[in-house]
Amino acid sequence: MNWFLSALTSGIGRKVIMSLTGLFLILFLVIHLAGNLQLLKEDGGVAFNEYSHFMAHNPLIQFVSKANFFFILLHAFVSYTLYIKNKNARPVGYKVSAGSANSSWSSRSMSLLGTLIFIFILLHLRGFWYEFKYGTEVTSTVVNGVEMHNAYQWVADAYANPLIATFYVISMLVLGFHLWHGFSSAFQSLGLNHVKYNGLIKLAGKFYAIAVPAAFAIIPVLLYLKSLS
Amino acid sequence: MNLTLHIWRQKNSTDKGGFKAYEVSNISPDMSFLEMIDVLNEELTHKGEDPVHFDHDCREGICGTCSMVINGRPHGPKQAITTCQLHMRSFNDGDDITIEPWRAKAFPVVKDLIVDRSAFDRIIQAGGYVSINTGGAPDANEIPIPKRIADEAMDAAACIGCGACVAACKNASAMLFTSAKISQLALLPQGNTERHSRVEKMIWQMEEEGFGACTNTGACEAECPKEISLVHIARVHREYMAAKVSSHNV
Repeated sequence: MNWFLSALTSGIGRKVIMSLTGLFLILFLVIHLAGNLQLLKEDGGVAFNEYSHFMAHNPLIQFVSKANFFFILLHAFVSYTLYIKNKNARPVGYKVSAGSANSSWSSRSMSLLGTLIFIFILLHLRGFWYEFKYGTEVTSTVVNGVEMHNAYQWVADAYANPLIATFYVISMLVLGFHLWHGFSSAFQSLGLNHVKYNGLIKLAGKFYAIAVPAAFAIIPVLLYLKSLS
Repeated sequence: MNLTLHIWRQKNSTDKGGFKAYEVSNISPDMSFLEMIDVLNEELTHKGEDPVHFDHDCREGICGTCSMVINGRPHGPKQAITTCQLHMRSFNDGDDITIEPWRAKAFPVVKDLIVDRSAFDRIIQAGGYVSINTGGAPDANEIPIPKRIADEAMDAAACIGCGACVAACKNASAMLFTSAKISQLALLPQGNTERHSRVEKMIWQMEEEGFGACTNTGACEAECPKEISLVHIARVHREYMAAKVSSHNV
């Protein structure tokens, strides 16, 4: 096999793909969060609507969003092939397993957590992205003379439903556990294990895994509470 | 001490196998775990039953032969020791103890608790050596190696190839073993000549044997009787990528 393909399809190569796509998605989440936080502005949704209008019409953003979809699919697909490889490596399991004695729950549950996140992404895209792009039910609004989707109203209406709001909060908890291991693991897979930086990577990973999902999750909670008043 | 043992019994590699319970009594807390099984086997032999087969050799923690998963943990509940160094004082009177062989596709069960670990030998055969002609042994001080590097190479070389890393890993990955065997040579000037082809060949062989991939859970490091560090796995990731990009093996 070609050296490049054999490198990419080896266990290590696939881990490197997981790591690079994972780190890209970690960056993406920060950008996504920065946009979402505008939902909390008390301006009747003007800032959020302008932001979503910009995101949907900027060619560079559109290109990056395609790359983002591709990396999500690649991350999921490669992890699936690794899952199969790893399952095949132990056809007969143990009667007694003491996994918690030597490793964290999140590190042992990455496939499960990742699958749940993938399902979340599909439902999330169906509910928001698809409706904004192809749906006909999203109302329009005019901001500074430009007609655009009232994305804010659509999101606020969705989160007024306690079931949807709860689903988003739970999904962010799942994301947090995935990142709890995934963040620092991505660096280890790239070979970045150094006594000077390990502490920082671990700390940044734990902080990120708590702060980013928590900041995402606070939005549906606040919008739900707002809908009550 | 009186104990109930649940031991995996399997006649041969094609037998389906299953757990069998045994009661052992009057076990001294000072006995090693293997001596406790010796007592059981003595009784079984007197009764005309087939004794429990298990691998063992040096019984001082340096050969890497003993291999048992005890209550879900390779080499039992203690840190940094092999099964032969585990003593019965680590258990309580009346305990139920489950003893299983290493479980991995690449480590097929030969009989009872004995598994075939020749997959490790084949990984070493693929490149875990220095084959250049070195002539007479040079004076130790003629090749200057910083103490930290020498220590790290020695830490990697402490691997006894027991396979506890594979047994502990949820993916039955052999990355800790293979990375220790690559690291010990990659760190030293003697290993430099064959550096790229070594990592390529050994990783290729590791994949061929059907071991899983590394998920960085750290279970291998936690269960390793020689406390081999994940640092070596990260190094092998670097070595492998560098070799793939720059070696002449197209």
